[in-house]
Amino acid sequence: MPDPAILAEKAKTNGNAGVNGVGGGFPLSPPDLAARVRDLAGRAGSEAIGAATSVAGSVLGVARSRIGRALSADLDDRDPDFIRENLPLAWLWATLWYRAEVRNLGKVPEHGPVLLVGNHTGGNMAPEVIVLPLAFSTYFGVERPFYQLAHNLVLASPLGPYLRRFGAMAASHDHATRALQAGAAVLVFPGGDWEVHRPSWQSSKIDFAGRKGFVKLALAQDVPIVPVVTIGGQETALFLSRGAWLAKLTQADRLLRLKVIPISLALPWIVNIGDLLGHVPLPAKITIEVLDPIDIKEQFGPDPDVDEVYEHVVETMQDTLNCLAAERRFPILG
Amino acid sequence: MRINESVAISAPRQMIWDYLAEPGNYLHFMSGVTRWEVASEQRSGLGARYRMLMRVGSAEVGGLIEMVEWVPERDIAWSSVTGIDQRGRWRLREEGDGRTRVEFRFAYGVAGAGIPGYVAEVIASRTIRGHVRRSLHQLKRQVEHERLRAEAARRRRPETATP
Repeated sequence: MPDPAILAEKAKTNGNAGVNGVGGGFPLSPPDLAARVRDLAGRAGSEAIGAATSVAGSVLGVARSRIGRALSADLDDRDPDFIRENLPLAWLWATLWYRAEVRNLGKVPEHGPVLLVGNHTGGNMAPEVIVLPLAFSTYFGVERPFYQLAHNLVLASPLGPYLRRFGAMAASHDHATRALQAGAAVLVFPGGDWEVHRPSWQSSKIDFAGRKGFVKLALAQDVPIVPVVTIGGQETALFLSRGAWLAKLTQADRLLRLKVIPISLALPWIVNIGDLLGHVPLPAKITIEVLDPIDIKEQFGPDPDVDEVYEHVVETMQDTLNCLAAERRFPILG
Repeated sequence: MRINESVAISAPRQMIWDYLAEPGNYLHFMSGVTRWEVASEQRSGLGARYRMLMRVGSAEVGGLIEMVEWVPERDIAWSSVTGIDQRGRWRLREEGDGRTRVEFRFAYGVAGAGIPGYVAEVIASRTIRGHVRRSLHQLKRQVEHERLRAEAARRRRPETATP
């Protein structure tokens, strides 16, 4: 018969003996048992934390790679056949819901790279994002490459892959440069989230928030700017405030590049804060007018002043928007 | 979706054919058509290509088309090369009494567009049928007017020829 003291010592040194009777079954004193339980619990806890960390790490890794992929710009992501097959759906939406009207599309140069500069309307359900690509694709054919610069969050959303096939890509100077150098038409909304969420009573105001990157881009690539003016989008909901203060308060401006967290009255949410899930837009009549192309160097000389060009573009668009606003008799009905 | 409309025109087949064979006339009588441009070296005839657009709802739809049948004084048919799928045909047939029946057939769609494609075709058909009817009536008016002018000119000719 072995000496119990020796066996107890042996059990201690083996480490995993018999608390649950599986490993050896030596009786332990209560303090030893408690210590062993604590030890095991600690180990299990650290293993659980490790597993959770590893899962979280892999999820974050996947998310990071998906977001990275969403925000990269591969010109090949645009799929002309896919666009063509989806034109009827876009046509139904634009025709029946928005009764959209696009004027003077023939002013866009027939060939070569061009930068279309538009005012942005209608919150995260911006109607011109559907209407303008539809009009461009039917007018010039899906064979003519056409890209739209979009906010990072839009492309990182579940709709992102779908939009990329339509030609949407993350808004950046590099991406636009690449598309223009490939001879494509590029649509940019310089006002971005700042302009798209402006209050409804500022519907007839062009507000690019002083963002002049599009002028520098057009100058660097020596491509004409074609202003495109939209009205009606701000009537698809009652936009109350951009909520810039809310974006600062929640640090979304720093972390997510969101300068605004808009507050609106919109279906189906009634009070819609953030508009992250979008909303059901009211069927407001959308009118889009394409203006004459602006050849910057021809119009402003070989070394143009960026501020002067910016002011000219905004003023030209504002004049047109004033005319379009004067045409409208009733909200929503147009 | 296929649309088929016809009209009887009081004019000889030759006169209607001459009018339809000239691409420059299309913007004058084709309702809803915003563009009809020659897109090939050949101005008309078999193999000639045109870029055409028609306003339907919120978009100007159409594309590049090519003449695939050209039987003088009888048939002109085209098919799409790019843009929406479309086939069009003018059929001219004599009816007697100096009248000609002009039939316009137009088939269109987007292959692979599924249910939304079918719904869009049905909804667009109302507008397109209206365009086709107006086009035929405008063709009739233009050609009959031409005929009257030609007949008046012919009647005046002997008078002016006699000193």
